[in-house]
Amino acid sequence: MVTDGGVRHKATQFFASRAGIILVGLAIGVIAPLLQHAGNPPNMGICVACFERDMAGALGIHRAAVVQYLRPEIIGFVLGALASALLFGEFKPRGGSAPIARFLLGVFAAIGALAFLGCPWRALLRLAGGDGNALLGLAGLLAGVSLGALFLRRGYTLGRSSPATPLSGLILPAVMLLFLGLVAMKVSFGQGGALFFSEKGPGAMHAALGVSLAAGLGIGFLAQRSRFCTMGAIRDAVLIRDFHLLSGVAALVVAAFATNLALGQFKAGFAAMPIAHSNHLWNFLGMALAGLAFALAGGCPGRQLFLAGEGDGDAAVFVCGMIVGAAFAHNFFLAGAPDQMVEGLLKVGGPGHYGRIAIVAGLAFCTLLGLTARRKA
Amino acid sequence: MADKVVDARGLSCPEPVLLAKQAIEAIPSGTVEVLVETTTSRDNVTRMAKHLGCSVAVEEAGGEFRLTIRKG
Repeated sequence: MVTDGGVRHKATQFFASRAGIILVGLAIGVIAPLLQHAGNPPNMGICVACFERDMAGALGIHRAAVVQYLRPEIIGFVLGALASALLFGEFKPRGGSAPIARFLLGVFAAIGALAFLGCPWRALLRLAGGDGNALLGLAGLLAGVSLGALFLRRGYTLGRSSPATPLSGLILPAVMLLFLGLVAMKVSFGQGGALFFSEKGPGAMHAALGVSLAAGLGIGFLAQRSRFCTMGAIRDAVLIRDFHLLSGVAALVVAAFATNLALGQFKAGFAAMPIAHSNHLWNFLGMALAGLAFALAGGCPGRQLFLAGEGDGDAAVFVCGMIVGAAFAHNFFLAGAPDQMVEGLLKVGGPGHYGRIAIVAGLAFCTLLGLTARRKA
Repeated sequence: MADKVVDARGLSCPEPVLLAKQAIEAIPSGTVEVLVETTTSRDNVTRMAKHLGCSVAVEEAGGEFRLTIRKG
């Protein structure tokens, strides 16, 4: 327990330093493959988009039976960030900056990420696990974030947020606490009703609840302190040649690669990688859409959870948008299908017809928003 | 009195940094005052200003931060 103001000040300075962000990147890079080792899906120790999709499934907002689990990591991210923000005097309830635009950005971010099959964190973890398709996703992310940076340079803004009441800042953390109670007690609301738990597929693969929750809380705490953000890492490098956040991201990849090697989880290739597809164009375009949406909303999906924990209601709206978008991705068959081996032959996956239309529509919406939501001169 | 004042309160990352950077680059020397309300914006603007070779003084009042950036 940190009680002394001087110690807190030193901790704040450390986490704002280059060494601080690298340490946080290393920690996430070690914890994520360990979560996989403890039961989470392959190359998916942590994936914010996938886990929010699983949460949507557990609540019955979509009914894809293989991706249903109220992921304690996500709950931990929000509550860990809340604890850190409260402890260090950074809990600032705020909101009211273009909520419906942020909601739609969240929807399209989830659709884009799930066409690729992963958020930026999972793209990095897939790379560190040897999945070459991650390179296409990361290239798409770079392209999308760069386009967002261009809009920002031209004066893009969603407008100012305003201070809000403490209660409004605590709503999403309270919902997460409720979810924790529901999943810990495996509550069923009746025959055939929520909560849903996958019996097979990625949703059935998970570490023990306490392990997942502890990892989520720890990462939430550290990431709130250090402002770890994968989208910000690319944006700052492109926009202002600031490589602070990028050094944390690089540390994550190095640590995850080393941990995967040590745990025997590294397997290099492109075809039929775990919960992934090798449809290069749509890996690229899916993540380009996600990257653009993250850039326009001011944070990667992980960062949005940490901001929500700090009391940022606009980030909480984005999170809700992602959960709904993840449900849409399955209800409307927009998500990418993994590669499959059929009778010894590779069947390349990827998003289907409607998924491709949704990605193009999302890119059009984000571009329109980027061009029109501008600061008055 | 500052040569330029940037009110970046309530703006999402990285807008405070961009606005402050534009203001710093618009003057040959002097001071730019930047108002922000989150510690993230405070730290990001400070890092950018120091990167540009400026000195930064931070005052906190009422949960907000006033950054006085001196150039030249």
